[in-house]
Amino acid sequence: MSTTADASSGSSPGLRVCVDLNLCQAYAQCCYAAPRSFRIEGHEALIYDPAPAARDRADIERARVACPVQAIRVEDPERGA
Amino acid sequence: MASGPTVERVIVAGAGLAALRGAEAMREAGFSGPLTIVGDEPYRPYDRPPLSKHVLTGETPADATTLPSSLGADVAWILGSAATRLDRAARTLHLADGRALPYDRLLIATGTRARPWPNPHEGRLSGVFTLRGRDDAAALRAALAARPRRVLVIGGGFIGCEVASLCRQLGLRATLVESGPTLLSRVLGSAVGGFIGAIHEGRGVDLRCGSEVEWLEGEDGRLVRAHLTDGTRIEADVAVIALGALRNTEWLDGSGLSADPGGVDCDAVGYVLDRDGQPDLRIAAAGDVARFPHPLYGGRRAALEHWSHAVAQGIHAGRLLAGVKPEAPYGALPTFWSTQGDVVVKSAGLTTGADAVAFTQGEPGSGRFVAVYGREGRCVAAVSVDSARWLPAHAELVATAAPFPPHGAAADRPARGITILAPGFA
Ligand SMILES: Cc1cc2nc3c(=O)[nH]c(=O)nc-3n(C[C@H](O)[C@H](O)[C@H](O)COP(=O)(O)OP(=O)(O)OC[C@H]3O[C@@H](n4cnc5c(N)ncnc54)[C@H](O)[C@@H]3O)c2cc1C
Ligand code: SF4
Repeated sequence: MSTTADASSGSSPGLRVCVDLNLCQAYAQCCYAAPRSFRIEGHEALIYDPAPAARDRADIERARVACPVQAIRVEDPERGA
Repeated sequence: MASGPTVERVIVAGAGLAALRGAEAMREAGFSGPLTIVGDEPYRPYDRPPLSKHVLTGETPADATTLPSSLGADVAWILGSAATRLDRAARTLHLADGRALPYDRLLIATGTRARPWPNPHEGRLSGVFTLRGRDDAAALRAALAARPRRVLVIGGGFIGCEVASLCRQLGLRATLVESGPTLLSRVLGSAVGGFIGAIHEGRGVDLRCGSEVEWLEGEDGRLVRAHLTDGTRIEADVAVIALGALRNTEWLDGSGLSADPGGVDCDAVGYVLDRDGQPDLRIAAAGDVARFPHPLYGGRRAALEHWSHAVAQGIHAGRLLAGVKPEAPYGALPTFWSTQGDVVVKSAGLTTGADAVAFTQGEPGSGRFVAVYGREGRCVAAVSVDSARWLPAHAELVATAAPFPPHGAAADRPARGITILAPGFA
């Protein structure tokens, strides 16, 4: 996960991620695709970074596409939401 | 209205999740006219669920929660200024900064705020927090990072459970005081709430159910301890007041709309109602602030404080105001999740009025199970604890109002039979 120190994490414009945790079934595909930004705690608690660093852009896109229930929404100012 | 001859002006009052998803839906439905979003907080819409979770551990900075959005530069934002009065005759929204904004269509999405501690003097003690907004979460995070001796959580609803369990994850002592017989007894009943309480007790939360905080004692303006009505004292330098929410409807006083602290009333389509019960076809409401007849529950009025509801009703209201005729009354199946430490509680449906509950998956004592709620012989809600993969099948039972107790695919124990309990709502 990126931390506060990461310049791209708090300030806009940056990547924005939001997971619909009602839809999420903790399949963990996103965790394999973007391990710095998604992880599972306990049995099924998905923890994610809502403002990933720009260098994780490709991972985040892979995670979004990999999610079997399309629970991951991404806004990328470089590409449009 | 996009096809109408004159350009219509749309205002969204409130700048939270429902407002954002509503405004996006208007644009997606083809509305290209002037769109203004008014919010009293100085921030673009952000996500609240992380505020009682990983913002408090310090992993997610409070300002990293800004929501993804597809809105472009053709939206005017007025942030840091509250809507203070609605003049429906003049079709004008008045703001705290003195501005008066004319509108042709209005979306009301002003949400809720945390119910404050009843004694304002005690509520102002340093170390006493409520949790609704980003600034609240940042302040509470700073207080937790200073390693308080003990954190007192007042109120055993979802947010109280989340905060207390996170404190344990941080290695802090945590006491949770709840007046009901168990955690979550108002929403889930004491049968299910008791099992969830056992999970948290097992992780070291000092649980005091059936207790009430009488007063908070300060020294030099700082919280030092709480006094319970039974005389017990709890030494704590941080207290989190988690006593539920109040709907932000005061600014509608004098508008002639049917609104009170329980919400602003809508019809089945989504238009707001005036005091005579007539819809105002220029105004819709969505999210935590809206109270509406839910078609799945025989038209009983409900105001739901759920993330997914703010999204779904926001989209519904946005399309409605953009002139799209709804195919059906708004009636998305209510769904909810709560991450409590690393335990996930999820629900589908509404437990309100349930007269029975049955455990259909797992063993409640093991901390992983599914419970189904019945009302007059029909499934009305399901709750899963660390068993989310079973929830969709149960949600289907609820959506179709299947007979209760359920049998077949969803339940893992037809042979043993299903024990049916009273839900035990407090
Ligand atoms: C700490 C916390 C944790 C949560 N966790 C979960 C969870 O895990 N799962 C879940 O399903 N739900 C959760 N929720 C509930 C969920 O966040 C809400 O249902 C959702 O935010 C509702 O969106 P809304 O847009 O209706 O209201 P809000 O998000 O409250 O937005 C309304 C906005 O309008 C502003 N406003 C108020 N009055 C005025 C005015 N007069 N003029 C202008 N602006 C005004 C408010 O300040 C606010 O910014 C949580 C809520 C909180 C507070
Ligand atoms: S891939 Fe999707 S369903 Fe699986 S854990 Fe990630 S968000 Fe949840």
